[in-house]
Amino acid sequence: MLPALALYLYVVLVPSFRGAGYAFTDWSGLGERMSFVGLENFARIFDDSAAQDALWQTVAITAVITIVQNVVGLLLALGVHSRIRSRNALRVLFFAPAVMTPVVTAYLWRYLYAPEGALNTALDALGLGALRQNWLGDPGLALWSVAAIVIWQFSGYSMVIFLAGLQSVPRELHEAAGVDGAGAVQRFWHITRPLLASAVTINVMLALIGGFKLFDQVYVTTGGGPGHATETLSTLIYKNAFQFGDFAYSTAIAVLLAVVVAAVSAVQYRGLRQQKGSS
Amino acid sequence: MKRYTARTALLETVMIAAGAVFAFPLYVLVNLSVRRPGDPASPVAPTTSPTLANYADAWQAAGLGAALANSAIVTLAGLVVIVIVSAMAAYPLARLTSRWSRWTFLLFALGLLLPAQLALIPLYQSMRDLGLLGSVWSLVLFYCGLQVPFSVFLYAGFLRAVPAEYEEAAAIDGCTPVRVFFSVVLPLLRPVTGTVAILNAIFIWNDFLTPLLYLSGSAQQTVPVAVFQFVGQYVADWHLVFAGLVISVVPILLIYFLMQKRIIKGFAGGLKG
Repeated sequence: MLPALALYLYVVLVPSFRGAGYAFTDWSGLGERMSFVGLENFARIFDDSAAQDALWQTVAITAVITIVQNVVGLLLALGVHSRIRSRNALRVLFFAPAVMTPVVTAYLWRYLYAPEGALNTALDALGLGALRQNWLGDPGLALWSVAAIVIWQFSGYSMVIFLAGLQSVPRELHEAAGVDGAGAVQRFWHITRPLLASAVTINVMLALIGGFKLFDQVYVTTGGGPGHATETLSTLIYKNAFQFGDFAYSTAIAVLLAVVVAAVSAVQYRGLRQQKGSS
Repeated sequence: MKRYTARTALLETVMIAAGAVFAFPLYVLVNLSVRRPGDPASPVAPTTSPTLANYADAWQAAGLGAALANSAIVTLAGLVVIVIVSAMAAYPLARLTSRWSRWTFLLFALGLLLPAQLALIPLYQSMRDLGLLGSVWSLVLFYCGLQVPFSVFLYAGFLRAVPAEYEEAAAIDGCTPVRVFFSVVLPLLRPVTGTVAILNAIFIWNDFLTPLLYLSGSAQQTVPVAVFQFVGQYVADWHLVFAGLVISVVPILLIYFLMQKRIIKGFAGGLKG
């Protein structure tokens, strides 16, 4: 156990606490000079409209990704769990984007979303030209366009976890209920749904943590723009540290992010324990 | 109950339509990567006279050969260390019920929540002091530490579902704890080791921000950073860019296609833990 603990302490825990310590200084990230400024950096977050936009946008995009990705993942899982002939090929296809490098998929989608790109061209070809959009350039739409990339990429991941849950549901139980006259919806609600609880927990947890830390897709497609319309906490942390040379402020935002993630996880953990207690 | 009914046929149609929507971006990616520069056809129309010249050009221009080698070294070296170290750590955590083993488990849990950005700069300084900056070994060290908590969790969850009788029998037969671990426990862990390895491999191979910071300005690059710099340079030339993108995802997709049965099974095993 000691090597694991040593690696973990050296790479994650100690530097994280050292990093959090910088949030209370005025360090620029360049010189060795720094002085203690207390909560000044945290107070600054409350006056910084970019930081506030980033916080709400991070919460909004995380919520949308978590909900849509899990609903789509569940529907896909139910589909490929049925007796359709193409189920094995579809399983492989739906999960494939999840193993691809996010930087690569982000570039791919940047092209798809371009004004004369593949998405608008495909809409024209389908006779839906009226739906053409400036997907990444419209400030009201850009955040959701980025969310769609993440959902496309990781719905298959949710699907595989739901599929694992579905496969643990005994088929006889379903068939017995069918004989007793329960319809498909009733069977899903009373037999499948309770047994999927742990898959839901894992999926929601993964989507939430992934959403809060979202960086690659935003950085590559929009860089946080237009304006600050797609700025997330992660891109703001990166910009403050490496573009504006304001390292102390950047770590203060990272501390805020850590608190948000920890709070959400704590709520989830309590929910999980209650669920276990009642079953 | 096993007949292919009209309802199944309808479901099949809907699912294939969903599959087409999911496959559309991948189709565009491959379709444009084989198109000749200057071909005015629409991006969604199938390429009429495909060429592989873009691939050769992208391979040269992006320096993908070296980047693929670097990514392979980082991923393989990281996996070996993560698997051994995490399995060894999870074993006592799953078997002992003392107070300190519970506290250690919670300490590892904390590692899942901390955002990597917090540790990035202090660790950057440590790496600089060790003289590892600009070297792929800084990344190996980083991923080993970063991925240990997650891997320990998967291993410990799996071990708790495995009865301890084999180990006890081996101990009664006179095995030392170290031998018990290597001859009995590690082979028992094989199914979950597959899951741990593949999930860590995907993460390490695909990570972008860390190599961007730790290797920037050096000759050593991993695939995501090489792609990032390559696209920045050739942004107007989408055919070339797409060929480069295809080359960069082929290795990880190939491993996935070869191992997909085990990966999907591995998820099922991990869920029960």
